[in-house]
Amino acid sequence: MNEPQQTLWNYMSQQADKLLIQTLQHIGLTFISLSIATLVGLPLGILIARKESLSGPVLGVAGILQTIPSIALLGFMIPLLGIGIKPAIVALFLYALLPIIRNTYTGITGVDAHVKEAAVAVGLNRWQLLLQVELPLAMPVILAGIRTATVINVGVATLASYIAAGGLGEFIFGGISLNNTHMILTGAIPAALLALLFDFSLSRLQKLSVKKLRKIAVTAPLLFALLSLLYFVPNTAYGSKLTAGFTPEFMGRQDGNIGLEKIYGLKIHTVVINDAVMYKAAYEKQLDVISGYSTDGRLKAYNLVILKDDKGVFPPYYAAPIVRNESLIKFPDLEKTLNLLAGKIDDSVMTELNYQVDYLHRSPDKVAEAFLKSQGLWKEDRSKKTGVVRLGSKIFGEQYILASIYSQLIRGYTNYEVATKTGLGGTKICFDALVNDQIDFYPEYTGTGLLAILQPSRGTIDSLGGDKDKTFAYVKNAFKKSYGITWLDPIGFNNTYALMMRQAQANALAIKTISDLKQYLERK
Amino acid sequence: MIKIQEVSKSFGDRKAVDQLSLEIRAEENLILLGASGCGKTTMLKMINRLLTPDTGQIFINNKNIWDQSAVDLRRNMGYVLQNTGLFPHYSVAQNIAIVPHLLKWDKKRIEKRIDELLEKLHLSTRYRSMYPHELSGGQQQRVGLARALAAEPSILLMDEPFGALDNVTRAKIQEEFIALDELKRKTIIMVTHDVQEAFELGDQICLMDKGKVVQTGAPEDLLFRPSSPLVTDFLNEQRLQLEFKVIQLQALWKWLPPGSGPATTAALPSKTTLWRALAYFKYRGAEALQILDRERNELKAVQFEQLMAAFYQYKKNIVA
Ligand SMILES: Nc1ncnc2c1ncn2[C@@H]1O[C@H](COP(=O)(O)OP(=O)(O)O)[C@@H](O)[C@H]1O
Ligand SMILES: [Mg+2]
Repeated sequence: MNEPQQTLWNYMSQQADKLLIQTLQHIGLTFISLSIATLVGLPLGILIARKESLSGPVLGVAGILQTIPSIALLGFMIPLLGIGIKPAIVALFLYALLPIIRNTYTGITGVDAHVKEAAVAVGLNRWQLLLQVELPLAMPVILAGIRTATVINVGVATLASYIAAGGLGEFIFGGISLNNTHMILTGAIPAALLALLFDFSLSRLQKLSVKKLRKIAVTAPLLFALLSLLYFVPNTAYGSKLTAGFTPEFMGRQDGNIGLEKIYGLKIHTVVINDAVMYKAAYEKQLDVISGYSTDGRLKAYNLVILKDDKGVFPPYYAAPIVRNESLIKFPDLEKTLNLLAGKIDDSVMTELNYQVDYLHRSPDKVAEAFLKSQGLWKEDRSKKTGVVRLGSKIFGEQYILASIYSQLIRGYTNYEVATKTGLGGTKICFDALVNDQIDFYPEYTGTGLLAILQPSRGTIDSLGGDKDKTFAYVKNAFKKSYGITWLDPIGFNNTYALMMRQAQANALAIKTISDLKQYLERK
Repeated sequence: MIKIQEVSKSFGDRKAVDQLSLEIRAEENLILLGASGCGKTTMLKMINRLLTPDTGQIFINNKNIWDQSAVDLRRNMGYVLQNTGLFPHYSVAQNIAIVPHLLKWDKKRIEKRIDELLEKLHLSTRYRSMYPHELSGGQQQRVGLARALAAEPSILLMDEPFGALDNVTRAKIQEEFIALDELKRKTIIMVTHDVQEAFELGDQICLMDKGKVVQTGAPEDLLFRPSSPLVTDFLNEQRLQLEFKVIQLQALWKWLPPGSGPATTAALPSKTTLWRALAYFKYRGAEALQILDRERNELKAVQFEQLMAAFYQYKKNIVA
């Protein structure tokens, strides 16, 4: 973890190698997809400018493609294209398509009709009309489209890190989940600068006269190709027999990849990938080893096994609701209501609940209700309302289920209404929302509280020795002092990081523990 | 040279050109005259194949224009558009060179031709590298004409070429147009809604109304031998001025009083139009004019009133 007094500049220079690689990858991703989008979009734009009847359908489809959420789009493509550069490029390509097609179309149809008519009248054929009149006169508009697409792509390319395609998103999303502002900025500043730089250069190009543009038209494709190649410059990871996919958060945590390298000496070819697609990628054999949560329902769904942590890198941690002190005073019934759940959910129950939501696709509300009924805790929603409790959750399944359970408890046992703000991204977003009085409480894990939020010195962490109860006491105390936030009683289950493999592969390779994995990798 | 046979063209329910037939002889200057919306532009575009007739045929030199490639047809036919249609991203020189380029003329020949046209159209060579938006309306129109003439086509189509110009500029360019040697050998079809312009520039005038031909003939035919009240009505407003422009002094010969003595150098030739003779009285303040007919070797001397009296005699005679 970074020391508090470390400056952004220090952090950046420490990470210079990685930063350079990710920046090159970022530029590469942007321009590979942009080149393809231009090669496809320009002719399509010309086609629909010629055949007006096609313009509606083509622009419509390109428009719809653009509204598909990026994560969903990336998710769809894993079964088809796997993970890594291919799906990333396809997704970026699809997002860049609309502005290029649309502007080519508007540019060409916007050329003065008298000029077009004159061109035909003096005897230009269709191709001459296109190349000598329509394209040159539409060029500023077409360039504006390419410019828009470039800026979109620089932004969306940050999401490439979700599916192991690299780019500056690794810093940004790692930083968000680790609550590390320096890390976020180390990715975000270069990304913003790239966007500004490309935007500026293209805006200059747009203003050039047609005559100069003609010369540039020859060099531009070359430049695009060159920038595209940047993606392949970095020769990062060492190859190995197996490929691991770790989340950005896992990559940066002591009780994550850093610990694995330090304590096990594990050397595995690693790609950075988003939690939402990681399990599926493992199931699809795109990845062999992933960093998951021990209670994740997808573990069961995708037939994965946890490798035993024989050297204790991943200490187990409690999950518990954390609440603003002011909220406890404002809503006097809140504490005892939330504590109704204390100790009620153990690991296997949590895994089962997660499985029902993540794999059987039952709604978190239904699953929560069934669970509460089985525990005899469920009560009818009271109709009298005297205040609104704001409940937050992070953006993964388990947190949605906990949020549903808490909502139903509050509605059944108190006169408060509940406003849920689910899907608050990672730890940083959720915790900031709590500190800034945007929400009253959310479920958190003691390990995350310790390592991602408090970030105490190495010595303090070692003194806690990965002990669940000591850690809980330390975190509870520190949160009270530093933030005015109270940890209520633990829910019961231990959520911990775990390395996982496909069951069949683990059996075949006789890998049961992380040490087995290391030995297998080192065998020639 | 150009034969238009029963050509019709509709846009939806609207008949823009209706069973139009017309013949234009070589080196003749034919004006398509008519109110705005009567189908002149539509007719002109069909000759260039910018539009396809619904029915009817068009022949050039006895060859159906639909039997040849549109591109070849157009490259051998100059076209001046109503709003110039100059390429905004091409310099003046490049605009003029478009068709020669398409016809693959060699570079030297093209350059020579550009210089020649700039000179003929009174554009200084410093305009060569300028762009259309840097030129005045009159200059743009000249460049448009130069572009149409560049590849030395034998046929020239012009759609209201002087329509967008102010009166002074228009008069000046019209004068240059009449004087332009190169045009004398061309077959020209020109569209206008301006009666004065039609009478000044046309050998033949085809008056159109609602897509149909009302009358085709020489200017004096339309004036003095109108085929229908429509023609009379169309010309009525400016009739007197048109008549002055059409009538040459020799037509009034027998009503003019004879002159005496030797002809002075100021004597007007009998082919002068009445319009110009009247201008002498008006602008030069002349008391009397001498008119000389070289063929008959006769001299007349007239005062303003005598000239006008002869004009009314002439008209009475025609109507009778
Ligand atoms: N492309 C077109 N689509 C529909 N109607 C047209 C089109 N071009 C011309 N017209 C109609 O045809 C008629 C003749 O037009 P045009 O030939 O331009 O007249 P003119 O040149 O004599 O003013 C007008 O009524 C005009 O509105
Ligand atoms: Mg017209």
